[in-house]
Amino acid sequence: MSERTVGRNGPIALVFHALVTAFILAPLVIVILVSFSDKRYISLPFDGVTLHWYREILNASDLLNGFWLSIRLGLAAATIATAITIPAALAIARYRFVGRDSLAAFLMSPLMIPHVVLGIAFLRFFSIVGWTGSLGALMLVHAIIISPFSLRMILSSVIGLERDAEHAARSLGASRWMAFRRILLPLILPGVMAGWVLAFIQSFDDVTMTIFVATPGTTTLPVALYNRVAFLSDPVTTSVSTVMIAGTIVLMFVLDRIVGLDKVLVGKA
Amino acid sequence: MSDAANGQVRGAPLLLSLPAILLFAGLLAVPLALTLMLSFHVFDGMRGIQPTLTLKHYLEVFTDGYYYELFLRTAWMSLCVTAICVVIGVPETLIISRMRPAWRGTFFVVILGPLLVSVVVRTLGWEILFGRKGPINDVLVSLHLVDGPFRLMFSMTGIIIVLVHVLLPFMIIAMWGAVQKLDKQVAHAARSLGASSEKVFFRITLPQLMPGLLSGAIVVFTLSASAFATPAIIGGRRVKVVTTAIYDEFLNSMNWPMGAAIAVLLLIGIVCVVVGSNRLVERRFKQVFS
Repeated sequence: MSERTVGRNGPIALVFHALVTAFILAPLVIVILVSFSDKRYISLPFDGVTLHWYREILNASDLLNGFWLSIRLGLAAATIATAITIPAALAIARYRFVGRDSLAAFLMSPLMIPHVVLGIAFLRFFSIVGWTGSLGALMLVHAIIISPFSLRMILSSVIGLERDAEHAARSLGASRWMAFRRILLPLILPGVMAGWVLAFIQSFDDVTMTIFVATPGTTTLPVALYNRVAFLSDPVTTSVSTVMIAGTIVLMFVLDRIVGLDKVLVGKA
Repeated sequence: MSDAANGQVRGAPLLLSLPAILLFAGLLAVPLALTLMLSFHVFDGMRGIQPTLTLKHYLEVFTDGYYYELFLRTAWMSLCVTAICVVIGVPETLIISRMRPAWRGTFFVVILGPLLVSVVVRTLGWEILFGRKGPINDVLVSLHLVDGPFRLMFSMTGIIIVLVHVLLPFMIIAMWGAVQKLDKQVAHAARSLGASSEKVFFRITLPQLMPGLLSGAIVVFTLSASAFATPAIIGGRRVKVVTTAIYDEFLNSMNWPMGAAIAVLLLIGIVCVVVGSNRLVERRFKQVFS
């Protein structure tokens, strides 16, 4: 730290910051640049600019199929995860009971277990019960690995919530379900929605766990992209990546509108 | 929803969390238990997984140099990534926190946003940057820093650089909470009493940031040790780490019990690091603050 005074960024700090920002952005910028290259292979620099590699996406059936599969998978898994974590978050935030900390730790545990370990565990389990290649099974295990993200967002919106309106509704004769649907749910809806979007992104991006259980019929977009990046490199990988980056930016705007991006990224209310 | 005022409903928390508990017990706890059991089964190259039990796979990991080095290499890689993330992440978080709110928000998104972009996409970007005729080599050669093309692909250095890129946001997130709680008055007081800015940083600011720094370091360390896509793409066949070796055992040599044993040891290692360092942190800070 080179600041003369406390609390102001000096020139060295700003240069450091510029280098870190460049380091963070460099690989993403390079992918976007190369996707417009007119060369038949990945290279820099290039002479002409073309949209050829974006049209080529339409001929890459593995990536197209993977995209639609990832969308369906993400929609289903995020919805299942949200459905099971809303009541669980209410139990953890509003009740004091034996095993409450263990329950929270159990539901957050997919964050700590390496995804490779989860991948082989699901692979072994699927092969024993005969679920190999089942999309439904993949949706359920995706719901498990993304639940912590949804649980954390919902918990942070339930904790610290005023309960007066709910008490009033209950004392005026509303049923528990009615009080939940009409009072509590609208109050925590931003957290629930942000949790859903975050869970969707985590499901859509997962490669490490999914690569173990993916079969030719259940190859998601990141797995299809991984196979191309690891075994052959053609510029289609960069145009698909650019589309994925653009999609992520759109979802970031959505998250920012719902609860504020800083809350989602830092994970605290 | 019930509460104290309306009279607690007995078993309500259990009922509310039942769907999650059932899903997690059936599709998380059971598969993990099956994996643990799998690691004790005899494997026969011709006949596959046998019902007889053995400790052979674990003994092999501890005695065979290949597996032994695998774990050491992974630990070393994770340590390097963690150290670099601390060295970059701590000052960077402080710098961002000192910016005006508008800039702070912008750079927060720029630096943390890549977290939401697929790891495969980010690693692909580095693969292009690392190429023999890629931009990094162009710069190094034109500055006469290296003679021929410098190899970052298929090297441990390359893996560490990319993992720092992938995991740095986690370090900054962990630091952010600690920086927000920083008591600026103490630093001001020390400065006005004549302490140098270095002294203020190391004696006043850094100790206050230690809890955030340590929890960030734990997160980065465990995520490095469990990273797969980055070491698989950047390391290729040349540089193996624990996760890519597990992948090989499962999908190439088909020796599932061996792969399961390595996976169990990886999980145990990570749990030990997390629990151990949490203990350490608790003990240290109890001494400091009480």
